[in-house]
Amino acid sequence: MPTDISVIGKTYEPTTYAVGREKIREYASAVGETNPLHHDVQAARQAGYADVVAPPMFAVVYAARSVAPALLDPRVGIDFARMLHAGQEFEWGPLVVAGDEITTTAGVKDISERGGMNFYMFETVSSNQNGETVCTGTWTQIVRGG
Amino acid sequence: MALAPGQEFELRVTPDPYLTVRYAGASGDFNPIHIDEQFARQVGLPGRILHGLWTMAQVARAHTEAAGGPETLRRLSVQFRGIGALGEEIVVRGKVEEVSDGVARVKSEATQGANRIIRNGEAAVTA
Repeated sequence: MPTDISVIGKTYEPTTYAVGREKIREYASAVGETNPLHHDVQAARQAGYADVVAPPMFAVVYAARSVAPALLDPRVGIDFARMLHAGQEFEWGPLVVAGDEITTTAGVKDISERGGMNFYMFETVSSNQNGETVCTGTWTQIVRGG
Repeated sequence: MALAPGQEFELRVTPDPYLTVRYAGASGDFNPIHIDEQFARQVGLPGRILHGLWTMAQVARAHTEAAGGPETLRRLSVQFRGIGALGEEIVVRGKVEEVSDGVARVKSEATQGANRIIRNGEAAVTA
C-alpha cells in the first residue's frame, strides 16, 4: 500500500470559482433541469433570488477543481488506472446564484483498506462571498488492489 | 407539494448519444471514457459511459421536482455501481421513509434495465 496514512487531515490551497449566469444555464440544460429558477432571471428575481439559481448538483462545478490537487498528491498515492468513483455525498446550505464567488477547501478525510481495496475519502467545504457554507461534499474513491 | 410518509416518486430520462459531450463541457469532466468511443473500448468498457455525477444529478432532480424546488434538497448521498450506458432509459425511484420536524428522509436508486447504477440513495428534503 503506497499510501502515507499521515496525509489524513491534510488540506489543500483553496480555490475560488466565479459563478456565471450562462454557466448555470448550460449546466441546468445538460442535466435536464427545466425549472425557470435556473434559466429565467425574472423568474428568479420574483422568487427573491438575486439572479438565476444553480441546481444543487452544480456543486460539482465549483468544488471539483479544488479536489484535483488532493487526488494528484503523491503522498495520497492514488493509482488512477484502478480508481473508481464509488460514492458521493453533498449537504447544502443557502442556494448559489449567478454572481456568487464560491471558495472551496479540499482535504483528505480518511484512508482505509477493506477487502483488498483502498478507500479514499476527500471532503470539500464551499463558502460564498458572505462566508456562508453553501455545500459540504464527501467524495469516496476506491482503488482496487493488484 | 409537501412530501408525506410512504410517498413514492419516479423520474424517467433517456440519455441521447451526445449527452456526455454536453455534460463534459458543462461540468468540466473531460475524462475520455465518457466522450471517446475508441478510448473507452481500449480500456475494456463496452463503449462511452455516463458520468456518475450526471446520473446523481438525475436522482437530485427527481427529489427537487417531487418536493417543489431546488431549495428543498438539504442532503443527498449515493453509491455508484454498474456502468451507465447511452441511449437506454434510466428510471429514478424515490420513497419517503419518514417525515420529522418538516424534513423528509428519502431513499432512492437509479436503474437502467436490470442494472442498478445508483444504489443506497439517501436524502434529507424539506417536506
